[in-house]
Amino acid sequence: MAHAYTPGLRVADLTIVQKERRLPLPGQVLVNVGDRVTATQVVARTELPGNVESVNVANRLGVPPEDVPHCMLKKEGDPVQKGEIMAQSKSFFGLFKSSCQATVDGTVETVSSVTGQVLLREPPMPVEVRAYVDGVVTEVLPREGVIVETPATFIQGIFGIGAETQGELVMVASSSDEVLEADRLTEAVRGKVAVGGSLVTAAAIRKAIAVGAKGIIAGGLHDKDLREFLGYDLGVAITGNEDKGITLIVTEGFGTIRMAEGTFALLKRCEGMECSMNGATQIRAGVIRPEVVIPRRDEQVDVDGDAREGAGNMVIGSPVRAIREPYFGRLGTVSALPSELQRVESETMVRVLEVQFDDGTRAVVPRANVELIEK
Amino acid sequence: MAEERQLNLAELRSILATDCGSTTTKAILIEKEADEYRLKVRGEAPTTVERPAEDVTRGVLNAVSEVEELTNRTILDGEIIIKPRTETKGVDIYISTSSAGGGLQMMVAGVVKSMTGESAQRAALGAGAIVMDVLASNDGRLPHQQIERIRNLRPDMILLSGGIDGGTTTHVAELAEIISAADPKPRLGHGYKLPVIYAGNAQARDIVRDILGNKVELFIVDNLRPVLERENLGPAREKIHELFMEHVMQQAPGYAKLMQWTDVPIMPTPGAVGLIIQTIARQHGIDVVGVDIGGATTDVFSVFSDTFNRTVSANLGMSYSVSNVFAETGLDNVMRWVPFDMDELDLRNRIKNKMIRPTTIPQLMEELIVEQAISREALRLAFIQHKSFAVGLKGVQQERTISDTFEQKGSGETLVNMMSLKLLVGSGGVLSHAPRRNQAAMMLVDAFLPEGFTHLAVDSIFMMPQLGVLSTVHPDAATQVFERDCLIHLGTCIAPVGPGKPGKTALELDIELPGGSTHVEMEYGKMKLIPLGVGEKAMVRARPGKGLDLGAGRGAEMSEEVEGGVVGIILDTRGRNPFVLPVDAKERVPKLVEWIAALDAYPAAALQRH
Repeated sequence: MAHAYTPGLRVADLTIVQKERRLPLPGQVLVNVGDRVTATQVVARTELPGNVESVNVANRLGVPPEDVPHCMLKKEGDPVQKGEIMAQSKSFFGLFKSSCQATVDGTVETVSSVTGQVLLREPPMPVEVRAYVDGVVTEVLPREGVIVETPATFIQGIFGIGAETQGELVMVASSSDEVLEADRLTEAVRGKVAVGGSLVTAAAIRKAIAVGAKGIIAGGLHDKDLREFLGYDLGVAITGNEDKGITLIVTEGFGTIRMAEGTFALLKRCEGMECSMNGATQIRAGVIRPEVVIPRRDEQVDVDGDAREGAGNMVIGSPVRAIREPYFGRLGTVSALPSELQRVESETMVRVLEVQFDDGTRAVVPRANVELIEK
Repeated sequence: MAEERQLNLAELRSILATDCGSTTTKAILIEKEADEYRLKVRGEAPTTVERPAEDVTRGVLNAVSEVEELTNRTILDGEIIIKPRTETKGVDIYISTSSAGGGLQMMVAGVVKSMTGESAQRAALGAGAIVMDVLASNDGRLPHQQIERIRNLRPDMILLSGGIDGGTTTHVAELAEIISAADPKPRLGHGYKLPVIYAGNAQARDIVRDILGNKVELFIVDNLRPVLERENLGPAREKIHELFMEHVMQQAPGYAKLMQWTDVPIMPTPGAVGLIIQTIARQHGIDVVGVDIGGATTDVFSVFSDTFNRTVSANLGMSYSVSNVFAETGLDNVMRWVPFDMDELDLRNRIKNKMIRPTTIPQLMEELIVEQAISREALRLAFIQHKSFAVGLKGVQQERTISDTFEQKGSGETLVNMMSLKLLVGSGGVLSHAPRRNQAAMMLVDAFLPEGFTHLAVDSIFMMPQLGVLSTVHPDAATQVFERDCLIHLGTCIAPVGPGKPGKTALELDIELPGGSTHVEMEYGKMKLIPLGVGEKAMVRARPGKGLDLGAGRGAEMSEEVEGGVVGIILDTRGRNPFVLPVDAKERVPKLVEWIAALDAYPAAALQRH
């Protein structure tokens, strides 16, 4: 395999962030290349076809399905209003007429002489796409959307909940190993994104929502607290559509895990700046990790070719994070990369590496059980 | 496909086959040596459907290059696979399967959910598709909900059935109208219409054509349920394969090129696995179950009484879906397989961490034991789903005798009969790469609870897909490689069925082993391992205890020749129907430790630490 290790999460002090903002269906792009946009600005708009409502006209009129087209007062494509008579049965000398009313506002989509059903389509629903980050439009995808670019601090988390949001970064924890408890969250975080240390508790999440915080970033989260927060046990890591009133990102994983020092320091340096964040996580093919983008307008980025991709190879000296027991969450550097397979305690034969942890101790771990800390 | 060359089976000496998975592309080279086809080498490379390469053939070429390096044989001339083979280079044919880009994702529709809806689902699953949803006139949803569902799911293809020939046309028309109103757009590619296969009531064809003809790419094939008593899934399955190639894969990056290279159509990976399982069952005249437990999904394939079934348990897997296995089965069901206590908070966090970092592997023995406990539950749940789906046709009138009335058997009873099952094949990382083969055997036995005499095997390097597509060209070659190189024979499990009491004799055996005869007597509630190597056979005369059955009836003695393997003969008198694990951990844990020791599944030292 080309990569026997897990490509790491990206944590970059200053990089170029590009965001593709695409409509679900073709529509209208509202900005031009070179335009400066704000995170909440609408950059493209379209209309989704309305919902369809079926009306069994044959039943309502008491006529056979094949007679329905002759009974229709409205034809396919005609607009109708809720309550408007759209079909009427023809009866003896005009007596005892039955009629059928439209059940929604919309247009007549189809009239079936086989089933006697009439389908009404409700008016289209507008869909808007916002810029998500403050930046400049560098490309317009005709009828589909735009690409917005900005120099920014960029931090990927490992897992998140909730959709895109924006707010000012505020440090609530004073160190990377401090637990974010409910009592630390006050009115001062209203409309802001609160940064904790090693863990955020369920009580703290509830409190953050109560005081109107936009987001939380922390090192870890207990699975039991996630269950309590969501109200169900998350089976598959596909998130981002939760409507919980807050966006949550954990940077290290489940449990109490000190936030990587570099990540914590970077967030601290950006305190007071506006950030955009998205909790959407998808672990299957086409991995999506949650992210924090802190636009750094007008700063110069030294683009060395790799800055946009952040790809790196594991070499001796590479900073890594252990991502499985017994060293889960510990940070260190690669001190040896033996090429031959080795037997670990579970008797599995694997490719390993030797890591020197920050406290100076060394351990041999499967390469699959570390991830690069990418700058 | 490559230009039509006449494939002369007798001259087929060198076969190159690839399977383009969602993460890895695997290439194998099969060659004929003397009169036998054998696997020569295997190469692999990351699949290149996604950015930056966005061309599946890059990954194929990389995997084939590895095969070249390992064999010192030239197969590629630049980007061309050299065909036919000469003394020094090239291969005779090239074939491939694919599940890249999420495989084939379908929606199916039928009038009655448990009848034509289920038949349509069987047709699609058997063809290797993931069935995203089953629409039916009686599925309890309102039309606008069904329409929204079609729009949201964006399937690659829709299979519409409904009505036996001469039956309802109105309901079929309703379903067609719903599909028409949804105006579905395909998932991959733009500017082409979504393929819809109509395989329902022949009398409704014109109506369906009128409703859908202009909106979708409509294909009409024979009714998949022409009469209630019979399914006719072949034409729909063939059409699905054809459209998978021509419409769906055509849209995926690089596939147009890959299709030019292959000598037979590219097949969806699970469809090909289904074919090899069917080929084995047919050639040996036995009932077979195959299971592939992956990171996200678990596929179960079975052939019972010549009827093939496949199910996909979409969210039962060992990495991406590991947390879902836990959510579905519950903590207690996982922990009942673990021979020590664990803190719940810690265990739950560990499982979620595996979900978000799915490529990690257990370094500690206790983590391996927990993963293998979860796999037992994933396999067990997937098999329950399979049993409830692999059933006789529902809605069929049956002639009953008085005795049937008392048995309360209805139509739609499961076809799965564990007593008649003769071969159970496991595949997927947790089974194929278990550090000890004994662990794989124990996982299979615990999860599937085979009855009577059942041979167990695992797929060594997951080449069932390639062999499946090969079986369409050369069934004998596929079977030879399957049995000699693909399967790792674990051995044979002998398990009497029925309730018993600890302390009572459950099984007596006289076994003629290659090294001499032996007599074994086992009490109820035990496991025992008797070595019998790969390729070795032993004649077993077995007498089940009172009230227990090995396949010949309660208490009836029977003789059978059994095959060995890397594990041997596994004797399991823990009971079947029911198989009961003690609920109390104080009672259960010593039992687990005893069985683990009997099968030498984990080192004793690791268990003593707890």
